[in-house]
Amino acid sequence: MKDIHIKFRIGKSIFFQAFAILLSVSCVIPLVAILLYILDAGFKTIRTNGFQFLTNLPKPVGEAGGGIANALLGSIIIITVASVVAIPFGILCGIYLSENRKSRWAYWSRLCVDILQGVPSIVIGIVAYFWLVKPFGGFSAFSGSMALAIMMLPIVIRSTEETLKLLPDSLREAAYALGMPFHRVILKVIVPCGISGILSGVMLSVARIAGETAPLLFTAFGNPYVSMRLDKPMQSMPLLIFNYATSPYNDWHDLAWGASLVLLVWVLLLNILTKIIARRWKVQF
Amino acid sequence: MESAILRSVNYNAYFGDNHVCKDVNISIPKNEVVAVMGPSGCGKTTFLRGINRMHELIPNATAKGQIFLNDEDVMEMHPIFVRLKIGMVFQRPNPFPNLSIYDNVIAGYKLNGIKLPKAERDRIVEHSLTRVALWKEVKDSLNKKGSFLSGGQQQRLCIARAVAMEPEVLLFDEPTSALDPISTSTVEELFHELKKNYTLIIVTHNMQQAARVSDRTAFFYMGELVEFDDTKQMFTNPRDVRTQNYITGRFS
Repeated sequence: MKDIHIKFRIGKSIFFQAFAILLSVSCVIPLVAILLYILDAGFKTIRTNGFQFLTNLPKPVGEAGGGIANALLGSIIIITVASVVAIPFGILCGIYLSENRKSRWAYWSRLCVDILQGVPSIVIGIVAYFWLVKPFGGFSAFSGSMALAIMMLPIVIRSTEETLKLLPDSLREAAYALGMPFHRVILKVIVPCGISGILSGVMLSVARIAGETAPLLFTAFGNPYVSMRLDKPMQSMPLLIFNYATSPYNDWHDLAWGASLVLLVWVLLLNILTKIIARRWKVQF
Repeated sequence: MESAILRSVNYNAYFGDNHVCKDVNISIPKNEVVAVMGPSGCGKTTFLRGINRMHELIPNATAKGQIFLNDEDVMEMHPIFVRLKIGMVFQRPNPFPNLSIYDNVIAGYKLNGIKLPKAERDRIVEHSLTRVALWKEVKDSLNKKGSFLSGGQQQRLCIARAVAMEPEVLLFDEPTSALDPISTSTVEELFHELKKNYTLIIVTHNMQQAARVSDRTAFFYMGELVEFDDTKQMFTNPRDVRTQNYITGRFS
């Protein structure tokens, strides 16, 4: 009787474990399926068009040898400008929040950052449209960058804050006891010790905005030519994918898949880089 | 006292409404080891942190009164100057984990942006590490990170870091409570060495340690300085009944 009881329990345990494994494996399926599909479609594009599609400009429908150079360059410019604006702001704000955990102002700004993180990207796009596009009388890459910068901010701020919060207080005390002024404690001790976490947050935020489409729809707008001017419309990868994938032409569908692959590899590389940085520059206590 | 290097006059410290140090008056003579003992929560660590203005870094913490370092009131000085003249070693060893052993010793100069010629830096590092009896152990691994050392070595590294700034007074906040007995005795031996050049104030929970290492002992109870006297005198013939009760173990 007792034996049967125990066997029943063991059976139940095995069943439960199998169920857990099954479900966790099935979680991987969507990601793997998407990856495989994009890899397959993307490589088909590369086979038919060659790697030149990275450096060629889009061609009219029907003409062979179109490319995504304008979108690639556009994305790089837009994201760089967004990073230049958002990263210093974000890191400084994160430092403030972690150094002043209990002040009233920190409480409110932390709350605002949390809410900002939840604001839908399309809403940020509309706001950028009304604040930057309309007053200046036209779509511009700069307004797109600003919209993306706003999206980056909460990620950078929170990751900086969380990283620095984990540093022990004894580290700050050691620095203060040597007579270091606040700015040196921050720049020479706190930030170097938390650099791996801060950089991870920065990388992840760049990866996050690389694929954002909604805020760019009515800010950077898109451009069929190569443009380097921040005050004019500029093409970007997600916009190109959106425009080409919704078009009725097969060539353009192919280019959209190629661009998707490029975007995917980009995000993947950033994620791997983040992991490497986090491990390499991690400070041991 | 004729050659007092540090003197507090009616020093009071608070955490919000909590009065932790009550009218502390003490005169600490130069080149002596002073042990500060007392039960938990008696204000001894707060007093110690008040001396180099570390107390006020805690939110809501305030202090009143005067503390004179060579007749200069540290409460009126900028905290940065105070902390350059009064070094501090903490309960847990806290070397900078991102710096090498060499850079940890020189941290007070390097991180404060004080430029020194290489020869001078080398001299300070060797001198400071020799002072804390760590030079022989680490002289071949000066470029390794300070956090790879053992706990006792790390604590001596932290003392070297404080010594490198050539302060006038060194404060120790329970410097051996996170160390094993062997490291503890190494650090205690250091106190005898260090008092030739500095004045040492050591907060300790451990009465035996106070008796072993100090020339004078201060006994704090409930935020008051109950008694401050020659260590031998204090342990053999205390004047206050509270001191006597504490030393004989009636309360702790």
